[in-house]
Amino acid sequence: MASKEKTKKTIKTIKIDVDKCNGCRACEVICSSFHASPKYSSNNPARSRIRIIREPLRDIYVPVYAGEYTMAECAGRDKYTIDGKQYDECSFCRASCPSREEFKEPDSGLPLKCDMCEGEDEPLCVKWCLVDALTLEEREEEVEEQEEMEDLEIGLESLADKYGMQTIMDTLARMSTDDKSK
Amino acid sequence: MRYAETGFNLEVDLTRGNIEKKATDPRETELYLGGLGTNAKILWDRVGPEVTPFSPENLLIFSAGLLCGTPATGCNRTIVSTISPQTELMAFSMMGGFFAPELKYAGYDKVVLRGKSEKLVYLWIHNDTVEIRDASHLAGKGAVETAEQIRQELDQPKAQVAAIGLAGENRVYYASVEQGRSSASRGGIGAVMGDKRVKAIAVRGTKDINLAKPEEFLTLCNEVLAYIKHREDNPIKGVMPILAGLGSPQEMKVHDEKWHTENFMWGNSRTRRKGFWNDDIAKQWTDTLEGARTRLISCFNCPMKCGATISMPGLPTYMMKCFTKLTYTMAAYSDLDFGLRIAQKATEYGLDGFSAPQVMAFALELLEAGILSKDDFPGLPEGNEDRFYYLLDMIVKREGIGDVLAKGTYWAAQEIGNGAEAYAHNTIKKHEQLPLKLSMLNPIYFLMYSIGEKINITQIEGQFPQAPFPKKEHREKFCEDWVQVPHEKFKQYFIDWELRGENSIPYYPTVDMTCDIVEWQEMMHYIDDALGQCAGLSSFPLKPPYHIHNYPKFISAGAGIEMDEEKLTQAAKRYRTLVRAVNIRRGMRRKDEKPPEDHWKKRFPELEEKLLDAYYKLKGWNEEGIPTKEALEKMDLGYVADDFIQRGILTDEETADAQKETQTQ
Repeated sequence: MASKEKTKKTIKTIKIDVDKCNGCRACEVICSSFHASPKYSSNNPARSRIRIIREPLRDIYVPVYAGEYTMAECAGRDKYTIDGKQYDECSFCRASCPSREEFKEPDSGLPLKCDMCEGEDEPLCVKWCLVDALTLEEREEEVEEQEEMEDLEIGLESLADKYGMQTIMDTLARMSTDDKSK
Repeated sequence: MRYAETGFNLEVDLTRGNIEKKATDPRETELYLGGLGTNAKILWDRVGPEVTPFSPENLLIFSAGLLCGTPATGCNRTIVSTISPQTELMAFSMMGGFFAPELKYAGYDKVVLRGKSEKLVYLWIHNDTVEIRDASHLAGKGAVETAEQIRQELDQPKAQVAAIGLAGENRVYYASVEQGRSSASRGGIGAVMGDKRVKAIAVRGTKDINLAKPEEFLTLCNEVLAYIKHREDNPIKGVMPILAGLGSPQEMKVHDEKWHTENFMWGNSRTRRKGFWNDDIAKQWTDTLEGARTRLISCFNCPMKCGATISMPGLPTYMMKCFTKLTYTMAAYSDLDFGLRIAQKATEYGLDGFSAPQVMAFALELLEAGILSKDDFPGLPEGNEDRFYYLLDMIVKREGIGDVLAKGTYWAAQEIGNGAEAYAHNTIKKHEQLPLKLSMLNPIYFLMYSIGEKINITQIEGQFPQAPFPKKEHREKFCEDWVQVPHEKFKQYFIDWELRGENSIPYYPTVDMTCDIVEWQEMMHYIDDALGQCAGLSSFPLKPPYHIHNYPKFISAGAGIEMDEEKLTQAAKRYRTLVRAVNIRRGMRRKDEKPPEDHWKKRFPELEEKLLDAYYKLKGWNEEGIPTKEALEKMDLGYVADDFIQRGILTDEETADAQKETQTQ
């Protein structure tokens, strides 16, 4: 196989400074507002793709972004103690998973994922965070060019994810036999 | 579809245990906006003058403002309205925090409590599921403690809880409702909640709030954010640091307390201690605050950090804001360490940080004066600070003399008699005020103190500088970017205002100018209280991001109500008059509209009368302060005029009938 070409890619990083977070949840407000359809037509922090894990009396303030959806919960869970403060299980986890209500649409339960506010100059949570708990950093990285997956492949992969590769192959084989016999 | 508001109120009959979700009339929103405005309408319609604060017929309304739950920055206030046990007038204390938006997301604009529960309960609102739950296990628990426990037992870490402490349960007349990092403290609404046997309201909501014109609304929000940044980078020159920026006075941030400690009164609003502040004290108090303060914190959707989490060694953590930092310290002639420690206990008890310390200092003055004796204070400790802890417990538990003191300085003095009345010297409309005693009468402040029905100076002042800058060029400079003025004339009023000479207080600003200035300042507070906007980004600081020019746009883009400056001014005038109407019907008259006698050393009785006359006239009130039939009808408040005439408060000739004054009880 021929070696892949290297290309430059912009990596966007949201830097989260938990010490600066004032717990106001403006990020949740503007996120849910931006992702409403039509844009800004409604808002509801329960639909936000960023959440503040917030416990004022224990001085816990952690903004967390919605990451990948996962079907299964973790086998074990972790608690972190940082500077004498104990953070609850899942405090730093981005996953939309069965073990908690974060990052799911309140009506349908469908998973949510941060898309960095596609089309905007910067993610709006960053723009609305006047206390600078959230800031954006962009840098260029060289990456090996990867062939983009096509829609069909993405679809098949998620089916394989759900039912297992063997089932998918069996089903395809059966379907093609059925097709021929027609 | 309803925009910005949900269009539903939650009606809870505590006597019968009945809960109803009731659709509201959008025409009322157009007339009274929401929050305070629609609260006033409900109280006018449903709570007659014969209803006493602690009767089941009194209502206790928790209302989100019209724009709470929208992305409008800093719009998070809950306006709590009821009939106050202390003033026997309409109380409309407010709290920031996180309650109002959560209530909106749950699908309600207001919770209206009526009747009285037999046993202690709490209300749990979770979207469409609303329950009255037993709270007997929470009896006597602290307000902060209660909120934590409710969140745990419901397994709802995101629920917002408004709770009372023991003070509210025992109907202390200045009991507060505590919530998030905020509290609704004034007017004793916590006592009414306790009287209804409601320990707390917990709410969690996951529904949408809609906007009428989304893109327009967001453009306005972004302009506000940009202006906040601009103001943060450009503090106003020539005023005290706490007045230079936005937000509530940044008491949790600043260490330099020279101004407060040397200009505000200590004890029972008694002693001014010039020269008090020195390097040693500055260092000691800085160490105390630095050691106690874990973080500066905010209310919902607001970048200002007006509050703080406070952890005093050996005590549970609590949250504090604003001037309560110093009220206990100064009432007891003590230091900041004491103030922050006793405030922790007082916050759990749920007490107004303005009234409570003054009541305690008042009690000790009566003891010293021999009006109360040692027998009235069994087991009184020797140490000064211990005495404050002792009194705090006696009051909240209503034991011995504490039972009387629990009614506040005015009512306690009436009951104690024997000359005690002279010691209840710092009240307006029976309610304790900020501890300030000054020299020369200021006409603007005279009027604000007199006619204010929120009965707290910080809730009416703000848009016009408190004093002129010494140099004219500085005043002119100030006016250059003063876009918030409703009319250019205000700039001239300020430019011509001098510290000394002809154009200085008390005769300048002139009577008419003073009326204009007061009307503008008051209007901005009333608009905030209907929209749910925190005064800290609007009516309280100089040059705020929200003002009369952008508010109409926020309302039309947000709520879909066609609005312009004139219509908004009219609406604010309408429900401001309705608040007055509720109070007039309960007996409030001109005689009640006065600052404490000793607020200023130099008084000008003739000028003061002129100021009241002129303001009443400007507002369409007669010489007793009663809105006239003509003025009422012009404001679509003909039903108020009819009621006044029927009760003999107004005669058909629209004159006040002083003989037939209705009594408050």
